[in-house]
Amino acid sequence: MAVYSRKRRIENGVFLALSFGAAALGLVALVFILAALLWNGVAGLKPSVFTQMTPPPGSAGGLLNAIYGSVVMTVLGLAIGAPVGLLAGTYMAEHGRYAKLTVVVRFLNDILLSAPSIIIGLFVYEVVVTRLGHFSGYAGALALAMLVIPVVARTTEDMLLLVPNTLREAASAMGLPRSHVVWKVAYAAARPGIVTGLLLAFARISGETAPLLFTALNNQFWTTDISGPTASLPTVIFQFALSPYKDWQQLAWTGALIITATVLLLSIAARSLGSTRTAK
Amino acid sequence: MADITMRDRPARRSVDAGRAAVLSRFRTVDSIFAGMTLGAALLVLVLLGGVIVSLVIGSMPAFRAFGLRFLYTEVWNPNDDVYGALGAIYGTVVTSVIAMVIAIPVGIGIAVFLTELCPFALRKPIGMAIELLAGIPSIIYGIWGLFIFAPFLQTHVEPALIAVLGPIPVLGALFQGPPYGIGVLTAGIILGIMVLPFISSVSRDVFQTVPPVLKEAGYGLGCTTWEVMKNIVIPFSRTGVIGGVMLALGRALGETMAVTFVIGNAHRISSSILLPGTTISAAIANEFTEAVGDLYTSSLIELGLILFVITFIVLAIARYMLLRIQRRAGA
Repeated sequence: MAVYSRKRRIENGVFLALSFGAAALGLVALVFILAALLWNGVAGLKPSVFTQMTPPPGSAGGLLNAIYGSVVMTVLGLAIGAPVGLLAGTYMAEHGRYAKLTVVVRFLNDILLSAPSIIIGLFVYEVVVTRLGHFSGYAGALALAMLVIPVVARTTEDMLLLVPNTLREAASAMGLPRSHVVWKVAYAAARPGIVTGLLLAFARISGETAPLLFTALNNQFWTTDISGPTASLPTVIFQFALSPYKDWQQLAWTGALIITATVLLLSIAARSLGSTRTAK
Repeated sequence: MADITMRDRPARRSVDAGRAAVLSRFRTVDSIFAGMTLGAALLVLVLLGGVIVSLVIGSMPAFRAFGLRFLYTEVWNPNDDVYGALGAIYGTVVTSVIAMVIAIPVGIGIAVFLTELCPFALRKPIGMAIELLAGIPSIIYGIWGLFIFAPFLQTHVEPALIAVLGPIPVLGALFQGPPYGIGVLTAGIILGIMVLPFISSVSRDVFQTVPPVLKEAGYGLGCTTWEVMKNIVIPFSRTGVIGGVMLALGRALGETMAVTFVIGNAHRISSSILLPGTTISAAIANEFTEAVGDLYTSSLIELGLILFVITFIVLAIARYMLLRIQRRAGA
């Protein structure tokens, strides 16, 4: 005896098959993208990529100046943005937990978190680049820092809110001042989560292109001075991929592979670190 | 006894003095630290305010020159220094609509798969793999779209679309023209793949907030899985799912690099989604560094302002919806 009518059984079957198909589609897209990256990127993965400068059209070269610029700007961006984000998150979770200001800051921070990054680029262009009169790696780092702040603030707040209040009360009862309670107790308890947030922010900005296009611009030559136009891996990929030259396109693929590997490793590290303590 | 206290008194005084010094030092450290955190929180406000103010100031020359006409004219001609945003706004909206048409059913399907069908052992790895799609930088989608996906569409999908759907009245207008591979449709599909994880992970999370009792009651009445999803889980978690969709829409509207690679950058409105177009963010990314003249630059900044206002509204709705479901889950 069939429990369900034929129509309902078929409806259910179709629906379950479709949701199975949806999951398969998502996974297939991921596999296709990663496979294409590996296939095309590995072909150009030679030591020269890491030792030579970006070449003029039609000749071989590497990505050293772009990698250097990316690393310096990303690290600088993180160094500027992370403390601000950490402190803002601390305010929302600790000192201003019940303040009206916190509601406003949290809302705007969430907006900033998902705001189009190209808008951040325009802002830094208006405020920094036009004032100084030239493009610079510092402007690029500032733009990246603005992307770091909301990510770190958000995760710091979430993680600090998970720390049980009894820990804070115990510390306060032993006579610790508020700042020490936050430093020695709350931060210590929330550390894995906060580090996860930092890693996620790091992963996010190391692949960002749009905010660098008109802040750091690009630079074909080797320079350790980032007060002028600075090359970065994403902008070089953008320029090279859209060019008609085979050598450049190959370098773009290799650069794409390097970025993706870095970003995915960072986010997997962040997740496995965070999953021990937090749900998400 | 009395002797001892007498003898102790000077020592006690110095302890008191020391304690007072420590306490006052604690107080200074406390207020400095509290001030620093407050300052950082205010900085977030100032930054967002600064973004809006600087965009408004930057777009004043264009606003003075074109007024509201900027919003509804399509002409984008740097040679004559005449600019209208309609083409870019249209492209932004159409690519986002295509992205949503793909990402909403697929994203929710993935969430259903992860909460109802998937074996427990595979839930975490598959969920993580889907979320990796959100971790891949947008420039990677761009280069993949340009070299792999667009040629694939051009040779395999678009000719079929033109042949099958082209002759149909009304609907056929969407599928006219030669198969370029690059165009609005390609950009929309890639955006759809990019925002998929936002919808699927938010939906999965809100599906999990549905009290098991409700679902069990449904099954107890003899509902099929589909009927439980349709009549119980989705109505219960609708607000949260809409919040996730809005979050994804906000991303799709503002996405830059992936679109810039594959959309073809043409400031025009064509009925066919196979033809090249442009979006606000792609126009800015492509033209900003080459823009000569204040009016050109200012017009691009005004485009940025329009984009910011649109995404601000969409994201605000998203946050409001998600906040509502969070409150309910907490209550």
